[in-house]
Amino acid sequence: MKFKLFRAPEGRNGGPADPTDAPRMGGQVLPAADAAAERQRDAAATPLAPAPKPAVGAGGPVGATKICARDVSVFYGDKQALYDVSLDIPDKTVTALIGPSGCGKSTFLRTMNRMNDTIPHARVTGRIEMDGEDINAKSVDPVLLRARVGMVFQKPNPFPKSIYENVAYGPRIHGLATSKGELDDIVQASLKRAGLWEEVADRLHSPGTGLSGGQQQRLVIARAIAVEPEVILMDEPCSALDPIATAKIEELIDELRERYCIVIVTHSMAQAARVSQRTAFFHLGRLVETGDTEDIFTNPRERRTLDYITGRFG
Amino acid sequence: MTEATQTDGARVNRLRAGLKRRYAREQRFRAYGLLAIAVAVGFLLLLLGRIVEQGHTAFYSHAMTAPVYMDPPRIDRAYPQGTNFEQLVAEQQLRRLGIVDDAQGTKASAMRGLFSSELKFIAAERIARQPGLVGQTVTLSAPLSDDADLYLKGEISKDTPAEQRRLSDEQIAWIDRMDAGGQIAARFNTGLFTRGDSTEPELAGVLGAVIGSALMLLVTALIAIPLGVGAAVYLEEFAPRNRLTDLIEVNINNLAAVPSIIYGLLGLALFINWMHLPRASPLVGGLVLALMALPTIIIATRSSLKAVPPSIREAALAMGASKTQTVFQHTLPLAMPGVMTGAIISMAHALGETAPLLLIGMVSFVPGLPHSLVEPTGALPSLVYIWENASERAFHERTAAAILVLLAFMIVMNAAAIVLRRRFERRW
Repeated sequence: MKFKLFRAPEGRNGGPADPTDAPRMGGQVLPAADAAAERQRDAAATPLAPAPKPAVGAGGPVGATKICARDVSVFYGDKQALYDVSLDIPDKTVTALIGPSGCGKSTFLRTMNRMNDTIPHARVTGRIEMDGEDINAKSVDPVLLRARVGMVFQKPNPFPKSIYENVAYGPRIHGLATSKGELDDIVQASLKRAGLWEEVADRLHSPGTGLSGGQQQRLVIARAIAVEPEVILMDEPCSALDPIATAKIEELIDELRERYCIVIVTHSMAQAARVSQRTAFFHLGRLVETGDTEDIFTNPRERRTLDYITGRFG
Repeated sequence: MTEATQTDGARVNRLRAGLKRRYAREQRFRAYGLLAIAVAVGFLLLLLGRIVEQGHTAFYSHAMTAPVYMDPPRIDRAYPQGTNFEQLVAEQQLRRLGIVDDAQGTKASAMRGLFSSELKFIAAERIARQPGLVGQTVTLSAPLSDDADLYLKGEISKDTPAEQRRLSDEQIAWIDRMDAGGQIAARFNTGLFTRGDSTEPELAGVLGAVIGSALMLLVTALIAIPLGVGAAVYLEEFAPRNRLTDLIEVNINNLAAVPSIIYGLLGLALFINWMHLPRASPLVGGLVLALMALPTIIIATRSSLKAVPPSIREAALAMGASKTQTVFQHTLPLAMPGVMTGAIISMAHALGETAPLLLIGMVSFVPGLPHSLVEPTGALPSLVYIWENASERAFHERTAAAILVLLAFMIVMNAAAIVLRRRFERRW
């Protein structure tokens, strides 16, 4: 018998054991009391998760170019991590960055909200434009840029504060809400959009670190979208999650695509195929190939891309 | 196949033998550990036991209660303090014991030696408050002198030859008779906790030194904690990594290891000789101890800032928090338990520090209680030093009592550290 505890167990050890991690059926949360039925429905839902969905969004609408990178190179001290990457990232689209470990895809992701500024000795050359504006220009404040470009990390990293405080933090520091009621509305709307509201509505003031891994990651997404960013960068958001939590995040990414420009770094070919409309393949710090996800996966132009996506290396 | 089984068997045997050795090693290691802990606990108990054994007698003292006829011709009503009450009481006590004094009054002066000089002030105060008491018989209660008290506590023995002890056979006989007559009673030595230092052991207390130490720690905490935490936050979170900051870091680590007497010399030269701050004052003491505590606080704060997971910093920065917001809203609150612990442990160190205090003059005898930061005061560790060196034997038990008070002060501070740590501790 499983009760809804104050602290949900870590969600990565087994899928269906944790009801809070189960997929919501049509956005509806299953009643906690009816645990047996819940488990049954979970069991029914499980096989869905890991199976690569036949390209949900592939071929979906691709918006105007949001971010335009030209000849971007990144150096960490003397070591060059990224070589002359030029890439256009369209709005209202999920762009996946794939490639073997250490190929520079995370580094490239971090140039887009200038998180590399925080690393000593890191140097970025080249030009990155967002809506035609150079984000590395002196006139652009990285703090403001990061309010427009949200980021979700590999390991869920909620602040050790309450769920409410986690989501309210961004609007608060940027002064987006003028009253307590407005802030409450932002928190509720963000949690709803992140698909977490039903699970946490009754414990908004309990610690965010007490949630399961999958819930924490959705909390972090809610925190990112609370400041109404234009772009959301995701650095392997599912690599620390179990398949069911992964499925929920992927579903969420697909929903968020309608409003945001999303760039996701992933190690999972299947995930790239499932969630993205555009894919860019990186190898040894260089951008090898980019195109519509469907084309990349079915008909890559480069030999290395084919080898990687078919699992011959990486 | 047999060959394979054989090699398997040999392999298993070898493994088994090795396993036995490994377990034996583990057992030995545990035994060493237990032994080490037992030795440590043994020494601790020995130390504490010795101090308690020596000091427990200081927590009670003996007082004499006797009816005293306030002889009108001998008391000056306008100035009762001028009266020789000790002589008055001594004569009446002798009469009560049926002893006739000689012409020189040697017996009366021997009797007077059994009373504390406090007797005079207790009597004078009664008269000053109620002048009508002159001519009446009043029951007075006053502490005995330190030697009489020590005899009653069994520290001075009758078996010691009379010329080697500070009480004569006659005096001892009187004490015994008064004790048998119910005039002498032991009571809790409240004076130990409510008085300042005194040359008379029976009147000496630790309160002056406790207040002095507390004032000093207040100065130290107010200066060292904000400065230390601020410096650590800047060095850890904001300062560029270059040769200059490396140099500063090395120097801070070195300063933490500088002997405290050097800090005392620095304080003497800087605060007293150059800035002309009042010597032996809690202000100077606190400044010197703050200098001494700074490196420790900086090191503790930096290491607890380092222990905050970088993911929290990244999360805050990625949310668009500025560097300062990240540090003060996330990193520092998370590092708070470590910062608090470091700060309080360095305060506890400062509390027990003696050497620098000796150099800034805090070893001088200061009677009474301190009232401000700029007047000379004592401090607990220097009080221990002064009392241990005092010639009166009764100070020895009081030294141990002062050590116990110092230890209690430290235990309270460390308990505060634990409570604060619990309160600030958060999971991530």
